[in-house]
Amino acid sequence: MTCDEAAVLLHALIDGELDAGHAREVEAHVASCARCAAQLAAYRDLRQTLRGNNLSYTAPPSLRGSIDKAVPSPAATSRRAVLKGFALGSIVSAAAAASVAFVVVRGDRDSRILGEAVSAHLRSLQADHLTDVLSSDRHTVKPWFNGRIDLAPPVIDLTAQGFTLIGGRLDFIDGKPVAAIVYRRRVHVINLFVMQGMGPALPAPKLQVIQGFNILRWSDQGFYLLAVSDLAQDELGEFQSKFETAARAARAS
Amino acid sequence: MAFEGSDGGDKAQRFRAAALPYLNDVYTLARYLLRNPADAEDAAQECYLRAFRHFETFRGGPIKPWLLAILRNVCRAEYARRGVAALQSESLDAAEQCVKGLWSEGDASPEASTLGRLDGETVQRLIAALPDQFREAIVLREINDLSYREIADVTGAPVGTVMSRLARARALLRDAWIAEERGP
Repeated sequence: MTCDEAAVLLHALIDGELDAGHAREVEAHVASCARCAAQLAAYRDLRQTLRGNNLSYTAPPSLRGSIDKAVPSPAATSRRAVLKGFALGSIVSAAAAASVAFVVVRGDRDSRILGEAVSAHLRSLQADHLTDVLSSDRHTVKPWFNGRIDLAPPVIDLTAQGFTLIGGRLDFIDGKPVAAIVYRRRVHVINLFVMQGMGPALPAPKLQVIQGFNILRWSDQGFYLLAVSDLAQDELGEFQSKFETAARAARAS
Repeated sequence: MAFEGSDGGDKAQRFRAAALPYLNDVYTLARYLLRNPADAEDAAQECYLRAFRHFETFRGGPIKPWLLAILRNVCRAEYARRGVAALQSESLDAAEQCVKGLWSEGDASPEASTLGRLDGETVQRLIAALPDQFREAIVLREINDLSYREIADVTGAPVGTVMSRLARARALLRDAWIAEERGP
């Protein structure tokens, strides 16, 4: 490695951007070159001194306020109104207020999960990354998840029922790896996300529309299943009931 | 089967939760890029309005680089409005000249490797005085805390270019720092 190369690469070293091989090369060069060693020390010092100062600016409250006003928030205001009721209310409501806060927080998480599911669905269609394992054989798709994710998702072949199993994929929702099982109905793709630990079980399947996509969620055997598709609502409902029936049959056999 | 329609409120709520925590980051970059508090406020507000309008196009992943990329576009429009483009490339050339080769005399002496302390405001001023591309690179790295890959995405430059800009930015800043310590 020449000094010219090291002069640039030592910054990547300081920033922790080098892989182990390149880091070793730069370190080896620095160990044998006093000039580059001095540079490395100097820039480490600069970096540390910069980090020691608070060089950020704080947004003025007026800016925060005007952005807050500009972004519409019917849902947020109605929730604030609920909490304000408790604040104005009486001492009895402390516990009740706490449980409302819990609901509000959970509600936010809920909408975040739905939003992330739609994003994951869109990503899978656009990034040419629909499947990691491409197979219509559930005996290939199911074992593929072994070791990649700490749950064994139900993989059901519904080809005979009009929903073709395309394959599986690992995705991320709520910061956790989830199993995505991919089906196709005519030209429509269905991403079925299988997760665990998403809170209490849903008593009944729940249909919602987010950004024009239909989302159907239900709970089964400790799994939380979330199907996203541009398929019509009744057909997505049909998918869910056929999936459930087949899953029950698979468990019984 | 329960049915809930989606509405604008749902989008707004997700947007607030995801984007508002980064307001200080956005405002900070705007301050460094535009070097003027009032313009920075306008730019940050415009950035959030655009981000909200185009929130559907956000594909998940860290949202901070996405916001900063929008802010940067807003600031570039502001540069164009100010008509400073010519000036900008001139000062860039000058900067390229003065860091031809990262070595300058005195650099290699070990006693020069430790910088004296300067107060935060002075350091902010020194950073603000760096030419655009270098200032942008060092602020995104040291203050907004982005990775090289994220800086490359925000600025539309290859990672290698990000790395060399950062090297030059630090060399320039260090020189300016030493000059500041020595006094006029």
